[in-house]
Amino acid sequence: MSIFDLPSEVQSSFLGLIGIQLEVSLGACAAGLALALPLGQLCLRLPRFYPPVLGVVTVIYSLPSLALFVLLIDVTGVTETTVFIPLALYSLAILVPGVVDALRSVPRDVIDAANGMGYGRLRRYLTVELPIALPTLVAAIRVALVSTISLMSVGGLIGNYGGLGDLITLGHTFFYTRLVWLGLLSLLVLAVLCDLVLRGAQRLLTPWARQYRSAA
Amino acid sequence: MNLFSDLQTFFEHFGYHGPWTRVVEHCEYSLVALGIAAAIAFPLAVLTGHTGRGAGPIEALAVIGRAVPSLGLLVILAIKLGPLNPAVAMVPLVLLGLPPILLYTHAGIRAVDRATVDAARGMGMTPLQVVWRVELPAALPLILAGLRAGAIQIVATATLAAYVSFGGLGRYIVDGLSQYDYPQVVGGAVLVALLSLVTLGVFWLLDRLFVSPGVRSR
Repeated sequence: MSIFDLPSEVQSSFLGLIGIQLEVSLGACAAGLALALPLGQLCLRLPRFYPPVLGVVTVIYSLPSLALFVLLIDVTGVTETTVFIPLALYSLAILVPGVVDALRSVPRDVIDAANGMGYGRLRRYLTVELPIALPTLVAAIRVALVSTISLMSVGGLIGNYGGLGDLITLGHTFFYTRLVWLGLLSLLVLAVLCDLVLRGAQRLLTPWARQYRSAA
Repeated sequence: MNLFSDLQTFFEHFGYHGPWTRVVEHCEYSLVALGIAAAIAFPLAVLTGHTGRGAGPIEALAVIGRAVPSLGLLVILAIKLGPLNPAVAMVPLVLLGLPPILLYTHAGIRAVDRATVDAARGMGMTPLQVVWRVELPAALPLILAGLRAGAIQIVATATLAAYVSFGGLGRYIVDGLSQYDYPQVVGGAVLVALLSLVTLGVFWLLDRLFVSPGVRSR
């Protein structure tokens, strides 16, 4: 008797559930990042905006996921969007401070040097600031992604939109422990794998950061 | 958006004995869980922060704590331990509270200026005095931030305890969803959201009251 000894319909849809799980969690984090990058840039350019922006994302983050999901049912119905929107908003609370801290960690003289070499603003941002900020930024993305993956399972409570979390609610409904274990363990493995992949990608992309890290 | 008419229906249905009891239950679960989490995580993080060792294991523990889906853990425990065993609700909530308290407290104590700590040692303070009178007050803003992050996660997740037959404000959401009673769902959701905001406010207040002005201005 193994954990994979499951009803055939669950077996055949297992990969599908992983697909939905990845699609929504990665999508929500990507959307969050797409929002957090300009927001962070704005907060750096106009530091006055940083405390209120931080306050707003913290307040949003403190709203329980189940509460936001069910309140959104009224607006978007029971769809994937209902799960997607809160997850993307939650990731902001980690990503906005992450972006700001990361870009702040770029040394002033590096920026001056880039300016002196005649880099335009966009080129400086893409080729100098972002690469230097990457380790801190990836650390924030890792936290956001891991919590998004495990948080998405709550979506199982409002219908079939929890990805692998659906296995947990199904297992609870039918009192079928093996299904719950499968959901729990695959979510755990998926989250840790995503974390490792991001960590690996960051090491490959920023080979210079390794020496500093080990020296510190 | 029928938010307000839903809310009105909610309070009319459940009268005086409903929401208040649930709020008290919800606070009870959250406070006990936060207390246990802090009792475990805080001394550990103060120790690792003070000695500077064990950052790796703490980081790993935090990733695991974040990655474990609380819903799954709740359901597993409910099936294994039987319904309404207090441990069923407490284990996932405590596990959720540990990572932020560990990480923030450790980082806060590590971030205390080494020169300050050396000065305290030079004045003849014992290690315990250094921790109690120098490192803890200086790290207080981050320690409170860690407790706040833990508390907010716990309050949010205590909602899920209703799914495995506990009380708390999640009761309205879970019951409402299975009874197709949307006003009940909305009422529960709004109350939990409010409770989270109150939690946020309490920690903001604690920060104002207890963090030394000299530390805050930096």
